[in-house]
Amino acid sequence: MLKLPIYLDNNATTPMDPRVLEAMTPFFLNHFGNAASRNHPFGWEAEEAVDYAREQVAKLIGADPKEIIFTSGATEADNLGLKGVFEMYASKGNHIITATTEHKAVLDTCKHIEKQGGEVTYLTVNPDGLIDLAVLEASIKPTTIAIAIMYANNEIGTVMPMKEISAIARKHGVLVFTDGTQAVGKIPVDVNKDGIDLMAFTAHKMYGPKGVGALYVRRKNPRVKVTAQMDGGGHERGMRSGTLNVPGIVGFGKACELCMLEMEADTQKIVKLRDKLETELMKLEEAYVNGSREHRLPHVANISFKHVEGEGLLMGFNKNIALSSGSACTSASLEPSYVLKALGLGDDLAHSSLRFGLSRFTTEEEIDYTIKSISDTVLKLREMSPLWEMYKEGIDLNSIQWAAH
Amino acid sequence: MAYSEKVIDHYQNPKNVGTLDKASKEVGTGLVGAPECGDVMRLQIQVDSTTGVITDAKFKTFGCGSAIASSSLATEWLKGKSVDEALKIDNMTIVEELNLPPVKIHCSVLAEDAIKAAINDYREKNGMEKIKFEESVVH
Repeated sequence: MLKLPIYLDNNATTPMDPRVLEAMTPFFLNHFGNAASRNHPFGWEAEEAVDYAREQVAKLIGADPKEIIFTSGATEADNLGLKGVFEMYASKGNHIITATTEHKAVLDTCKHIEKQGGEVTYLTVNPDGLIDLAVLEASIKPTTIAIAIMYANNEIGTVMPMKEISAIARKHGVLVFTDGTQAVGKIPVDVNKDGIDLMAFTAHKMYGPKGVGALYVRRKNPRVKVTAQMDGGGHERGMRSGTLNVPGIVGFGKACELCMLEMEADTQKIVKLRDKLETELMKLEEAYVNGSREHRLPHVANISFKHVEGEGLLMGFNKNIALSSGSACTSASLEPSYVLKALGLGDDLAHSSLRFGLSRFTTEEEIDYTIKSISDTVLKLREMSPLWEMYKEGIDLNSIQWAAH
Repeated sequence: MAYSEKVIDHYQNPKNVGTLDKASKEVGTGLVGAPECGDVMRLQIQVDSTTGVITDAKFKTFGCGSAIASSSLATEWLKGKSVDEALKIDNMTIVEELNLPPVKIHCSVLAEDAIKAAINDYREKNGMEKIKFEESVVH
C-alpha cells in the first residue's frame, strides 16, 4: 500500500534506519555514562561503545580509527578541517583552492578565512559540474596549503574525480580536504585509494541520527594536524573538545556498518528506480537533467522543466511528495540556486528545477506515483504559463524586453 | 512555508486561464515580470468600447502559487468593472484577500502592474494617452 507523503528529499536528510535506533536506545537510558569518565563502569561502557563506533566509521572509509574526530556534524567538521588547517599550516602558506559549487559550510568558512588574511581561489565548473583539472593544477602556488573540493555535490549529485585531484595535490605537496557528506555511505569512499587527507561527513545523510558527524584527519603520509576550534577538555586527541554524543556516535557507527554491508544491494535497487524516474520525466518536452549523468551519485537526479517555475511546481504535489527546488522564490533575494547557475544554466532553467534524492527505503510504487504527479502538474502549469505559450508560438524569449525587477 | 487556503484554491482551480486575441482593438494585454526573477504574468482585458466596461479577463502566469493566485484573483475582480474602476485595484487588497506573507507581496505588486499595463495597452490601441504610473516600490 502506498503511504503518503512520499519522501524524496534524502539529500537534505535521510530517515533513520530502525536498526540504528535500536543500537542507540540503550545509550540514552542504561548506558548513559560520559565517555571521558575513567573511574567507573558507566564511563567505561560509554568509552567502549565510542571506540567500537569509531572502528565502524573508520572501516567504511578505509581509515584507522585514530583518524576519526567526532563532531556535531558535517558543518562543524568543514569548519574544523578548513580553519584548523589554515591556522596549523600558517607558516607554510595561506592559499586554499576550492570551487564555486561547494556547500555553504565550505564557502562561508573560506570567506571567513579570507577575512583572517587567507587567500582563496574559487574554481568554476563546466556544465557537467566538474572542475577542470588543468585549471586546478595551474592554480597551485608556493603558498597553497590545501585543495578543498567536495566529493559529491548536494544539489546535482556530481561526483568529483577525487583520485585525479589528489594526485595533483600530492605532486605539489598540497593537502586534500573534501566534504564527503553526500558521498560517504552511498558510493565507495576510501581515504587511501582516493588520496584524501581530511574529510568531513555526517550520520544523518546515511540513515543515522542528526547532530553527529566526523572529520577524518590523516595520521600517516603525511601526518596532518588541525588547530582545535573549540577550547575545553581536550577530547578527541585535543582536536575537538566537548563531551561526546555517545548515543549519536553509536548510531553513526551502526549506520556506517549497515552502509558498508548493504551499499551494493542498495545502489542496485536505487539506481534502477532513479533511472526509471528520470527516463519517464524526460519524456516531457523541454526537460533537462542538470549536472553530469555519468559521474553522479546513484540516488540523485536534478531536472529542470522549462517554462514552469519550481516553487509553483512543488505546490502541485508537495502535500504528497517531499522534494526541493532550485528556485528560491521565498528568499528575499529571489536568487535561484548558485550551484545550478555555476553550471551555466540561465536563471529561468535554474528557477525551473527539482532535486530528487532517493533512499534505501524508496519503493517503485512511490516512484510511479511521483512520475504521474509531476508529469500532470508540469502539463497543467504549462497550460497556464505565458512562457510556454510563447515558446510554442516560436517566439524567442530572449528577444523580449522584460520589465526588470 | 504554508499557503493560505485561498491561495491553494486559486492554484488548484485557477479562474480565467487563457488567451484573448491580442490583435483586437478591444483587448488590452499586460506582460510583466521576467523569467530571471521567477515570475512572469500576462493579463488581458476585453473592453466594451461603448460602455468602457471590462467584459472579460484572462491570464497566464509563470511563477509560484502566490503569483498564480494573485493573477487569478485579479481577473475575477476585473470582470464587470469599468476601466477607471479597475485602475483603483491596489496590490494591498490582493495581499489582504489572499493572506500573502511579506515575502510574497511582490506577487501582488506584479498583478497590479499587469492590470495597469493591460489598461495602458488598451488605451494606446484606442488612441488614448498612456497613463504614467509611479514606479512600484517593491521591484
